[in-house]
This record gives sequence, structure tokens and C-alpha cells, in this order.
Amino acid sequence: MRIALFATCLADTLFPAAARGTVTVLERLGHQVEFPAEQTCCGQMHVNTGYQREALPLIRRYVDTFEPHEVIVAPSGSCVGSITHQHAMVARRHGDEQLAVRAEAVAARTYELSQLLVDVLQVEDVGAHYPHRVTYHPTCHSLRLLRVGDRPLRLLRHVSGLELVTLPDAEVCCGFGGTFAVKNADTSTAMLADKMRSVLDTGAEVCTAGDSSCLMHIGGGLSRLRTGVRTVHLAEILAATR
Amino acid sequence: MSTFLGLPGAPRGVGHLRQDEPFPVAARRALADSQLRRNLGKATSTIRAKRAAVVGELPDWEELRAAGQAIKARTMGRLASYLEQLEEQVTARGGTVHWARDATEANRIITGLVQAAGATEVVKVKSMVTDEIGLNDALAGAGIAAYETDLAELIVQLGHDRPSHILVPAIHRNRAEIRDIFLREMGDVDPGLTDDPAALAEAARRHLRRKFLSATVGISGANFAIAETGTLCVVESEGNGRMCITLPQTLITVMGIEKVIPSFADLGVFLQLLPRSSTGERMNPYTSMWTGVTPGDGPQAVHLVLLDNGRTAALADPAGREALHCIRCSACLNVCPVYERTGGHSYGSVYPGPIGAVLSPQLTGVEENASLPYASSLCGACYDVCPVKINIPELLVHLRARHVEEARLGRRMPSAEAVAMAAASWVLADAGRLAAAQSASRAGRLLRRRGVISALPPPLAAWTRARDAPLPPRQTFRQWWRAEHVSPDHRSPNHGDPDHGDPA
Repeated sequence: MRIALFATCLADTLFPAAARGTVTVLERLGHQVEFPAEQTCCGQMHVNTGYQREALPLIRRYVDTFEPHEVIVAPSGSCVGSITHQHAMVARRHGDEQLAVRAEAVAARTYELSQLLVDVLQVEDVGAHYPHRVTYHPTCHSLRLLRVGDRPLRLLRHVSGLELVTLPDAEVCCGFGGTFAVKNADTSTAMLADKMRSVLDTGAEVCTAGDSSCLMHIGGGLSRLRTGVRTVHLAEILAATR
Repeated sequence: MSTFLGLPGAPRGVGHLRQDEPFPVAARRALADSQLRRNLGKATSTIRAKRAAVVGELPDWEELRAAGQAIKARTMGRLASYLEQLEEQVTARGGTVHWARDATEANRIITGLVQAAGATEVVKVKSMVTDEIGLNDALAGAGIAAYETDLAELIVQLGHDRPSHILVPAIHRNRAEIRDIFLREMGDVDPGLTDDPAALAEAARRHLRRKFLSATVGISGANFAIAETGTLCVVESEGNGRMCITLPQTLITVMGIEKVIPSFADLGVFLQLLPRSSTGERMNPYTSMWTGVTPGDGPQAVHLVLLDNGRTAALADPAGREALHCIRCSACLNVCPVYERTGGHSYGSVYPGPIGAVLSPQLTGVEENASLPYASSLCGACYDVCPVKINIPELLVHLRARHVEEARLGRRMPSAEAVAMAAASWVLADAGRLAAAQSASRAGRLLRRRGVISALPPPLAAWTRARDAPLPPRQTFRQWWRAEHVSPDHRSPNHGDPDHGDPA
């Protein structure tokens, strides 16, 4: 299958290993990955901070870039959530019905990585090997906007050598929330503290998730406290081999 | 795109809908209170578990939610005609209906009714709307003493405090604190009072019994008002509400205009949704309903005050009006990770938590509660538990946009944030500009310590106060892609991993 990768601006710029991992897994499974070079950002930060007018050109760019592609994947529940739940809404709010209709069509072909693997490609064992003790944090938008459910866990359970440990209070938000982390830094940090305590309670070496943004937040806290626990994107684990 | 500046909101200087200070400032203080964190964490986790258990028992829970949502949407679409029908029915059955534009007018009407009844004391049923309009202060100003009879409201009143939760107004207090308040403020209390919950309830019971027997005026809110019959309904747990509704000669009910529902059959949906979402009970202990005046039984003078106080302004926003569907169950508070840590007082309004963050700014005008729509990580837990499926995260995003758009109209100079957002939009609207910005960001590698960045300049300094920031990688993804996939010798499936474990 030909699959277009939306790397997301965050992974492209700061966490390229998550996007590279996505490419590696899909190519290993025999698919052809394309990276439309005109892509940039889904616009979620602007929408969620109130700057919808400024998000419009980014939404238009996403739609223009990915409209020719049949299947699109992104290593982020949050960005895919924004594409599927916000793009058409923002376009309509600004009176651009034509863009809204196009955005809906492209969004319907856009998948988060675990959705693509389990639902579209119908694979749970991607042939990965990752000999570490790992806990999984279900990010809010993958869980409650996209309803990915246990798809990431099913993928992780098939990774050889990986010891999966359950995260207590897993479904509670880590406190990232985009600009919330800066605008309400104290509250965000209090939420992070509780999430870190849950992660540390598992005794895991690695905390994984489907979003680089939440991992940047959790990992930033774990690093600051010198806990020795690291964060790794789900795509990197699925890409790893013996 | 439209703005909603035209209609009057809740007036300033009366009632309890406005923040005295921005949410982050109030939250910072609350977060430092370890006793509050402990009280809230314990209370909300207990009630979350109870709710989840009783909701899980119902196979048709999702259908009930959809029904509740549909009834509310239909009601809001024809609110004026349902209200007129309600007025007609209440009047036909011997009640008197009053229309109050705002808190000031409602307080004046109610004070006048109490004075006309010749009373200097009133007993009150727990009610959000009387807190919203600051009724007790208004009555006190006219020399009328109002006694809260709901146990938690009594604790708040005796403690000269403010409610911090819709259902459990004293959730921020533990039982030791409650005992201290009773010992200090309840004149007739046993000085040997312990903090045993049964003993505390008994002390309140004795204290309140005398008020029930002597008061000639009762004041209540309403959970529901049925347009087709003129029936008012109050749902409660303690029975103290029923005392207030049945014993006095005069009963005055205040309700927001959004509380009307079309028919008696609709009530069946909400009486299943509300207790399970609210207290985590299958059924609440006391459901009181009254329809006008019943000669020789109960209050012989029955008044209904219909309050707007910004609700028509909220109704005028087709996206925002969904906040008016709220049935005040407080499930969204109990499940909210922000509320659980900051408590209700941080929201500055009688309506705290996620629903407060979308309701209060619409009642006052967004500019007057501008920090509330941002007091959420948009995690979406509130939407999942809402019994009438209010999409609170989407409303928060909508109100943030309204705030930015209204600020843009009112300002001559854009804010620093607006400038930054416009710049980011310009960079991100073009792949070439993004690539250039990515190259520039690699200068950030100069800030590295231990392979991370531990101090960033403002406004990102708020990030690095408690978290390290990632080091920009040597190679962005798009550079790697060009090197691996676009160069002529591509087609090797083994790309290597140039950046993993990047040495600082």
C-alpha cells in the first residue's frame, strides 16, 4: 500500500525518531511510504489557543498537501484528533464551506499509527524486538477523541522481549495540554507530578505513548528529576528489531 | 464568524460569577495547600468510583445521554414558548410568576416578597442560582436572615466561606475542619462534639430543626420545571429541602430560564441521569414536586422567579448555548484533573470546574472571565461523563476563539501572544520557511546541559521551571528523508538511526 506520512511539525523538528520509526515499521511490512515535502503543521496549537484565523492557512496547507493521497498516517493521536475534529469546524466557522468539505474528506483518510496498523493494515505483530520493561500512557486525544482503545497495547504485547507493565490511573491527563503547560504552568506541573509518580510506581525503564508532545512533557519532568526513566515514542519501539 | 457583544450579561458588583483574579494566580495558591489537595483528591476519587459503578449498571446509559441531550437541544430551540407555557400553567394553578432580567432585579423581587410576607427569617433549600445572584447578601441588606439548610451549604455559611463544588459545596473541608466551624459558629452546639460524621449531622439537625418550625418563608431553586403542567421539581438527599418546601406559608422558587423542560415524560430521563451522575446513587432519597398551590396543604403562597442573568446572551451564541444544557450534576468536576488539583475557589465563580469554565464566561461576557476557557488541558474526560453530552472541550476551544477575536476588535496594539501566534502561522504556512526556522532552532543546542535544555527564556521559562526541554536534533526528519529517500542511491531498507541517543 502507498501511505503518505504526515510527520507533524513537532516530530519533524524535535523528535525525528518518531517519524523515522513510522517509516521503518511501514516499510518493513512491505508498504511504500511517501513524504509530501510541502507539509508543515496541522494547526492545532493555534486552534486550541484561540487563534483560528491564523490556523486557517495551516489547515488549507494540510488539505492541499494530502488531498491527492489515499491513506495518510501520523505518529500522533493529538494531531490526527485535530485533523479529524477541528479542521472542518474551523473552516466552517470562517465561512469556507468548500474547504470544510475537502478537509472532512482528507480527515477521513488520516489515521494515527496504531489505527492504521490494526484497523487498516490489520496487523498486530509488526516483528519488533525491544527487550525492556515498558509502561504505556494512553494520551487523552488518542483515547477520547480517536478512541484508539487498546490498539497500542495490542501492538506492544506482540513486541518480543518487551515486558509491558500497567500504568496506574493511566487515563488521567499528564497535564501537557499544549499552551496550557505554559499558561497554567503550576497546574500542569501538579498533574505531571502525579503522572510521574504513577510511571515510577511501575518500575518501568521506559514510558511510551503515541504522542511526542505528551512524551516531551512527561520526559522533561522525568529528566529534570534525574529519575533514570526515559520516554520513547510507540513508533520507535515498533521500529526496533533484534 | 460572529461575536456576541450585544446582549446584556450578568451585572457587575452583585452575585458570584466573576473572578477576582486570573485562574493561574488563584490556582497557584490552591496548589500550595496540601490539606486542600488531600481533601479534594480523596473526595473526588471516591465519588468517581461510585458514579462509574452505578453508570456501568445501565445497559442503555448512552441512549439515556442521547435522550437528555436531545430534550435539552429541543428546549433551547424554543425556549421562549416553553417559558410562556410554564408561566401560564403555574398561574392557572394559583402560583405567581415573576421575570427577572438579572441578579439585581431578582434580589429586589425576592426581598420584596419576603417583606410582603412580614418575615425577617427565611429557610433555604440548597440552590446554585441563589448563590449565583448573591441572594443571602441582598436579604441581609434588608435585615432578613437567610438560613442555609443543606448540610454542606450550612458549613459554608457558618464558615463565612464560599462554595467550591456544585453538589458538595464544602468539598474543600474535611470533617475535623467542619467540627471546628460548628464549635466556633453554632451557638447551641454541644462543646464535646466529635468529628464523627453522624455526630456532625446530628448537631446540624438539631440546629436546623428550630428554624424549620419557626420560619414562615422558604426559598428554593429548581432542578426542573415542567412547561406542560407547571410543576416544579427539587432533587436532594437530606430531606431538609422538603422541610423548606412544605412547612412555610410562603414558598419562593428562583430558577434560571434554562431549567424548563417540555413535558412530564421528559423528567423520567433526567431522574435517571442526574442521581447516577451526581451522587453516584441509583436514585436520590428525596424528589419533591409541587404544582401551584394546593388549598389547605403546604405553602399557600407560591412564587416562581424566572432569572435571565446572561442566559439570553449565552443562548444567542449557537455554538456556546450548549452550556445551558447543564443539569448541575457535577460529574465533570469530579473527573477533571484540573479541578481535582486546584479546587473550586480558583474558578472565582459559583460554577467551578469544566462546566463553570464554559458557563461563567458566557453569563458575564468572555472578557470578564477571560482566563477560565484556558483553565483546561482539553483532556476531554468531562465530555465523556456529561449526562447530557455537553462537548465541553469543544466549547472551551470556541470560547478561546471568541476571547481572541473580541480582544482583537477592542485593542489597538496586538498582544505579545497574538504577535507570536501570527509569526508561527507565517512560518508554518510554508514548508520552506519551516525548514529555515528548524535550521535556526538548532542554535538552541548551545543551551544544552546533560543533553537537554534546562532553562529557556520567557515565555517558555514557564516550561523549564519544572521540566527539561528537548535538544533540537542534529537532523530534522525532513533532512533525514531527503538524505535517505530522495538521493539517487536510495532503496536500501536499512536507514540506520543517526539521531537516537544523540550525544550532547
